[in-house]
Amino acid sequence: MSTQKLKEIIKQVLPDVETVICWQEGFDKLNVTPIFITSPEQVDQVVWNPLCAQNLAGYLPSQKKKVAVAVKGCDSRTIVQYMQEGLIDRDNVVIIGIPCKGIVSKKKVQKAIGNEPVEDVTFTDGSIKVKTPSGEKTLSLADVCPTKCTSCQFPTPIVYDQLTADAIKSDKPAESVYADVVELEGKTLEERKAYFASQFDKCIRCYACRNACPMCVCQDSCIAETRDPHWITQKNSLDEKVMFHMIHALHLAGRCVECGECERVCPMEIPVAKLKKKINKEMKDLFDYTPGVNPEDKPPMYTFNVDEAKIKEHKL
Amino acid sequence: MADKGYLPKEKIKEFVEALGKDAAVYAPCLEGDTIIFRQYTPDKEISLDRPANTPPKGAIYPQCETLLSFEFKKDAATPQKMDVELKANTDFPKAVVFGGRPCDAKGFTVIDRVFVNTDTADPYYKKRRENTTIVTKCCNGPYAGCFCVGVGGGPASREGSDVVMTEVEGGYYLEAVTDKGKAVMSLPMIQDGSSYEAKAKQANEKATAAVRNPFPADAKISPELFDSGDFWERVVDKCLSCGACTFLCPTCYCFNITDEQAITTGERIRSWDSCMFQHFTLETSGHNPRPAKYKRFRNRVGHKFAYYPEKYDGAIACTGCGRCIRYCPVSVDISEIVGYLKDPKADPKQWAADKKDAKN
Repeated sequence: MSTQKLKEIIKQVLPDVETVICWQEGFDKLNVTPIFITSPEQVDQVVWNPLCAQNLAGYLPSQKKKVAVAVKGCDSRTIVQYMQEGLIDRDNVVIIGIPCKGIVSKKKVQKAIGNEPVEDVTFTDGSIKVKTPSGEKTLSLADVCPTKCTSCQFPTPIVYDQLTADAIKSDKPAESVYADVVELEGKTLEERKAYFASQFDKCIRCYACRNACPMCVCQDSCIAETRDPHWITQKNSLDEKVMFHMIHALHLAGRCVECGECERVCPMEIPVAKLKKKINKEMKDLFDYTPGVNPEDKPPMYTFNVDEAKIKEHKL
Repeated sequence: MADKGYLPKEKIKEFVEALGKDAAVYAPCLEGDTIIFRQYTPDKEISLDRPANTPPKGAIYPQCETLLSFEFKKDAATPQKMDVELKANTDFPKAVVFGGRPCDAKGFTVIDRVFVNTDTADPYYKKRRENTTIVTKCCNGPYAGCFCVGVGGGPASREGSDVVMTEVEGGYYLEAVTDKGKAVMSLPMIQDGSSYEAKAKQANEKATAAVRNPFPADAKISPELFDSGDFWERVVDKCLSCGACTFLCPTCYCFNITDEQAITTGERIRSWDSCMFQHFTLETSGHNPRPAKYKRFRNRVGHKFAYYPEKYDGAIACTGCGRCIRYCPVSVDISEIVGYLKDPKADPKQWAADKKDAKN
């Protein structure tokens, strides 16, 4: 089992690092929460299962000392992007890679079980069994996975120092990645406006999406909150909410590693990743660039070529 | 006017519309998979299936509220003089908060102590509060993260409500708690409910027994552990410093005031603030009394479980609704943290000791 192997690796790397960042069981069986391991006794608390949705790589830039982090394939793109942007010192990070066959969206499970309290959760190959006061329900992982898993191109981490299991290859077609964006593009401008207005109207400006975003590097200096300059008002009107989300999306142009954290953490269940994916699709089209796949790449917004490829086709 | 009523399930819409005859009704409305308190209009779908993602706090204490609008005006007679014209509005319509949970209703009582029951009452909140009737739906059982019983509440608690509804066969048993509530009971679709009283009581008791109580009875918060930086650093290292916990909280009332001005006109607005944000209580001088994440987090827990109770006769500023736990991006569990603080064996050294090379 890769959980056992994960624990072994953590015990092995712990003496060389300050902290190992991994997952442990949360407040109930359906919730997993990060664990910052500093002593071998904590290793037994480590879990690895499809509930380990959080992208732990997001904690890396704030770490001051050498740390180890457990990452899934999708999470590893964050590290690659950090390397491209010089946000971490690779020598100070030990990457424990976990080949992953797909994770679970807690929100989808909760919906499927009618929001009942969860008493127990078990996994069998390809399914999750959830026990609630009114009985047991078995759900197919394919039905309760987040959108990103349905088109996963990187089940095995791109960068790693150790792997917990044999590498897995993606069986999803590359064009499936932007299927949801293509669907949205098929709608009229008015339909799209109405769609985003209805979604962003739910926003409470808690900034969970921003703070969970591993590539949101402004953090405490975000212009959504600064008083000086005073770019955005504190009003909770739709205009101001949309403005904030547009800023978030535009700051991620060619940088979003599509980890889906923004969407996963949204307490109002707004599909906040859609705008970012749309911009990524444009960046792919314009600059043939995919964020977080090659540490040697340079993000297009970090560089300038006089003869940008395809620039004429786009009449720029 | 009977104190005990019965409302068949199919008459909910009719009931809400009757409540809305002379008042704005705020109800839990389904939008996609999200349940949000919105001002009810007939095109909206009310959902009482589970507690809403948001508490109804905003119906009485809006996330953003115009305290006054202002306009700078030049006086034609003395052009060197600039006058400012101020306008404030506290003329709020009657309102009903429908379908909140007992934890939500109790949340208003926490804010009342600060905004109403004081010499310096807040005119905006006070007026809205007086104008609002609260019709609460009791919970059938606990939801993920809930712990109302642990903080002196319960899934059938009456505190803060004018009417409480308990789900019984085919509908709801209604009980008036206040005079405002009795007025609601006179609506024509409310039938006599006395025959449902025993069943409702049974359901309330069953729900109460099912809610967890994460704290040892009467345990006090350990002041030594509360003052330990090591403890707080350990428990909040995973926190992302977002405001989900505070903005979804039925009791958090901290606010900010900003002037939003364009040339000569503008508004002074009050908007919810969050102690999780780095800018919280940042002073004009640039000094930040809580510069570290753990200090801000300690403020949140301290405010609810230590400072507020000290000031208000032991009342806890948390109603155990569980939203901060349920919707936390990284599953930070405030009940677990308070559990550590209330552990009779709490020892600050323990938190420092197992920290490898803690401060070198």
